[in-house]
Amino acid sequence: MKMPDEPTIADVERIAHASVRDCYQCGKCSAGCPQAHAMDVLPNQLVRWVQLGRIDKAMRAAAVWQCVSCMTCSTRCPKSVNCAGVLDALRQLSVEHDAAAPGQRRTIVFQQAFLDNIRRNGRLREMELVGIFKTKAFFGDLNIPLLMKDALLAPQMMKRGKFHLFGERVRDRGLVQRIFERCHC
Amino acid sequence: MARIGVFVCWCGENIARNVDVQAIAAAAAEEPGVACGVAYKYMCSDPGQTLIGEKIAAERLDGIVIASCSPHMHLKTFRKTAQRQGLNPYLVEMANIREHCSWVHHDREQATAKALDLIRMAVAKVRRDQALEPIRVPVTRRALVIGGGVAGIQAALDIADAGYQVVMVEREPSIGGKMAGLSETFPTLDCSQCILTPRMVDVAQHPNIKLYTCSEVESVDGFLGNFKVTIRKRARYVDIAKCTGCGQCWNACPSKKNLSQFDYGMGTRTAIYVPFPQAVPARPVIDPAACIRLTKGKCGICAKKCQAGAILFEDHDELVSEDVGAVVVATGYQLYQIGRPEGDDKLSGYGEYGYGRYPDVIDSLQFERLVSASGPSGGELRRPSDGQVPKTVVFVSCVGSRDNAKGLSYCSKICCMVNAKHTMLYKHKVHDGQAHVFYMDIRAGGKNYDEFVRRAIEQDGAHYHRGRVSKITEENGRLIVRGVDTLAGEPLTIAADMVVLASAIRPAERVEELAQKLNVGYDEFGFLSESHPKLRPVETNAAGVFVCGVCQGPKDIPESVAQASAAAGKVLVMFSHENLSREPEIARVNETTCAACFACRRACPYHAIDQAEIRDRGGKLIKRTARVNPGLCMGCGTCVAVCPSKSADLDGFTEQQIYAMLECLA
Amino acid sequence: MEIGYYPGCALHGSSNDYESSVRACLSALGVSLRELDDWICCGATAAHCLNQKLAVALPARNLALAERDGLPQMLAPCPMCSMELIKAGSLLAQDAELRREISEIVELPVSGSTQILNLIQIFQKIGAARIKEAAVHSLEAFCPACYYGCLLTRPPENLRFDDCEQPSSMETLLRELGAQPVDWNFKTECCGAGMTIAHEETVLDLSNKILSNAAAHGANCIVVACPMCQVNLDMKQAAINARHGTAHDLVVYYLSDLVGLALGLDQQALGIDRHFVVRK
Repeated sequence: MKMPDEPTIADVERIAHASVRDCYQCGKCSAGCPQAHAMDVLPNQLVRWVQLGRIDKAMRAAAVWQCVSCMTCSTRCPKSVNCAGVLDALRQLSVEHDAAAPGQRRTIVFQQAFLDNIRRNGRLREMELVGIFKTKAFFGDLNIPLLMKDALLAPQMMKRGKFHLFGERVRDRGLVQRIFERCHC
Repeated sequence: MARIGVFVCWCGENIARNVDVQAIAAAAAEEPGVACGVAYKYMCSDPGQTLIGEKIAAERLDGIVIASCSPHMHLKTFRKTAQRQGLNPYLVEMANIREHCSWVHHDREQATAKALDLIRMAVAKVRRDQALEPIRVPVTRRALVIGGGVAGIQAALDIADAGYQVVMVEREPSIGGKMAGLSETFPTLDCSQCILTPRMVDVAQHPNIKLYTCSEVESVDGFLGNFKVTIRKRARYVDIAKCTGCGQCWNACPSKKNLSQFDYGMGTRTAIYVPFPQAVPARPVIDPAACIRLTKGKCGICAKKCQAGAILFEDHDELVSEDVGAVVVATGYQLYQIGRPEGDDKLSGYGEYGYGRYPDVIDSLQFERLVSASGPSGGELRRPSDGQVPKTVVFVSCVGSRDNAKGLSYCSKICCMVNAKHTMLYKHKVHDGQAHVFYMDIRAGGKNYDEFVRRAIEQDGAHYHRGRVSKITEENGRLIVRGVDTLAGEPLTIAADMVVLASAIRPAERVEELAQKLNVGYDEFGFLSESHPKLRPVETNAAGVFVCGVCQGPKDIPESVAQASAAAGKVLVMFSHENLSREPEIARVNETTCAACFACRRACPYHAIDQAEIRDRGGKLIKRTARVNPGLCMGCGTCVAVCPSKSADLDGFTEQQIYAMLECLA
Repeated sequence: MEIGYYPGCALHGSSNDYESSVRACLSALGVSLRELDDWICCGATAAHCLNQKLAVALPARNLALAERDGLPQMLAPCPMCSMELIKAGSLLAQDAELRREISEIVELPVSGSTQILNLIQIFQKIGAARIKEAAVHSLEAFCPACYYGCLLTRPPENLRFDDCEQPSSMETLLRELGAQPVDWNFKTECCGAGMTIAHEETVLDLSNKILSNAAAHGANCIVVACPMCQVNLDMKQAAINARHGTAHDLVVYYLSDLVGLALGLDQQALGIDRHFVVRK
């Protein structure tokens, strides 16, 4: 759903519980980020764009969804800037504004499928998630290897008692759905 | 009948914009006891002061009220104005109608009414002012310099050369401070010891300087011009008067593997040792924790070898007393201890840098010792781990500094220059070596400083990377440094042979204890507080106590030397007077009504109240009483507040005056 | 000792060997676990990536349940869960307006007062001395690389049970039981976390570095306290080898596995036989 207004620095700071003005661009976050070598834009550059009000640019970086949420950046930041929180905010905004980098679709589809799964069941039903994700990814990217990959894993998991065809659900699923609704999700 | 003059200042537009100055000058003139009310644009200016002077004479004023700015600005000015006209300067009051009125209120009617109230209160006060005389205290023309680093040395030499005696107290066995341990100094690359040791020798040989080493200030009593200092001379276990410095003792000492403090742990020394060859005094000291004789009762070889009989195993601490008139604090700095510090230190370490885990990760002072010609490896740069010559060295800036998360928010000022210097020293020693510097900003603001840094890059080929280091690990004997180059926009990993961390500089250990003894303030980091950051950088709020060097804030050698001479200058100003004057607005006890409960003495933060006895001519005790020491009292009024019999009062701010001011408003 | 228990989705899903391990081990040490009734998913990575309010509400519901059921402390063996619970609890404890809002959303009052413990902390609470006393086997054959993963010791403001840069709590415990943990450099480096399905290449690359460094420093196994780490290093070890041409062969134990073995429990009870990489 496309939001009418462009996000502002205040939006990012509110969602992130961070103060981007505190960042003096030392780069320690980028230096410690395990994904930095693969990212199109470094974490400190994302924060820089937010500082400059270019949230439109920041949201569209692939880096936003390449992040593995390991929190190394926030942990080591000398100014206690919640860099991981800023990335979270950019992720949220990128989906709300339909602005996420196209190459990261697979990751976004997965996370959305995960949340849908929780909304329906209250707890994660793994096989349901995998099935739905692979189907969506398949139809989205025509990525046939993705569909077939891990197919061999299923019997191995079954052998080890890790394969739950259905899985668990909470009793009060209505409550879970109400929580989601109240969070506008 | 009082004849008070009220002078209302426009202060240009500062006051006149929000206060009707003409109206209140006229209204003030109508107040009982006021002989005249005048408004003028700039009361503190020459014509303004002349106007006041003329009115004092013409109207025979016996007290004046200046309604203008804060007394912090111009009370002294107007006191001098009064004095020039023969009016006692303590019959002068100010009504602050600027900071307390026109600058904070915008409703002109209300501000004007408030200004008039403030003036009426000031009039009520000045009517009850007494003529006071400044308190004269004698001055002992001897100075105490605490700390024997380059700043302390400079201050001591300046004061001593002016003809006055100086007592210097140094905690370490030798003077010289951190500068004595440096290899070369920026921006000239002078050999540090070559330029410092002549000064150290001057101190040792100066007839006016009395040097205590291995000593600390134990306590300070007294006040401006009259300090009584107790110094603890720690046991050295060597009689330096008898010792000839021949070296037989330390050459024979079997306890050899003790980490050398002077080398910051990069080298070892014996239990009896001279910290470095050019030490002043060039006499050894025994480390009691490392000495076999002192810990286990065996050995004692040094005493057997000593031909001068200078070894004193029975030595103990001694307390000595010195009378001085001024104190200069020059206690210098220590490096931020990185790694995981023990205990309750609020500063957490940089666990991600591996200092303390990997022997080849060292700090900048340790690097200085490794490249120093008199250092543990004779000036050859070798890795602490395996003694190899490092071919790739990474220098990391801002370790501890500019780091709110880890506790030190300030910039240590010197590290950018130190790093540049280190890359050059490294290159000069290891011609095929490559230096890398990770930095956030380059701070090189002094004379020839920026050119110095550019030289490191352009001529000596140091690679400068803008970005911080996130983590350092060790793989196969090499240090893997994970950093970033934000200008290139890329993470950057370097495999180094050695890493030098430019740690933050902090005030010396336990400087807060010393500050408490001197009644000197300090900030959250322990840097001693100057009276005014811009205009009074070497004075403190403790009269007669001055500061210089890094103890006041991070700075380099030229600034430390300049501040030291400045502090010496202030001391010499003090010593140029026959006696010194103190403001007379201090407490006074009515000895007739005093009940000698001494609540005031317990409450006084300056220990300024004594127990006194009043005796008759025959020597019989009539009564005890509290008595204020006019040299120490700072006029805070705490005693006035606690006295149950209302015997304590404050000259220039009596209770009667305060009640009169309050009644004005009723 | 009784303590609240929040398993989380992974321990009831494909990491149910972890639950077997935790239950068996703690039961042997006299700790009874009271599972939180009708707990819901903590939101994991998906919630904080897509909706910050939900990211607080979902764990908050569980904190509210714990408060309602009178559980002052709760064990959450998955560090993702424990971090989300702790983060939510911390935000709630500091902000009265947020507490009011979230209490309405989750339909129960919540204050954030519940103390959340991870697996290492529960062992610390029991005490190394007591565990050592109850041990019947020595772990001397094990030279583990103790892998904490990226979330266990973070964020440092909230978690003070170990140093977040050079943690050593697992090593300390295992050493008491006779093991010889190695010193290595990837203790807190991320394995790729929740990218296992979404973007497997990331996991294979990051986890490869971990396995390689552990082996390079002489480890003969890995010890973890996180189900995501275990899956990424264990279930995906074959895929890592395929992608990188490596020959990693390291068993990835849960901390409770090794403690359980020391206590004399068998592999089946602990679920060790259900790992992908097993000891030959």
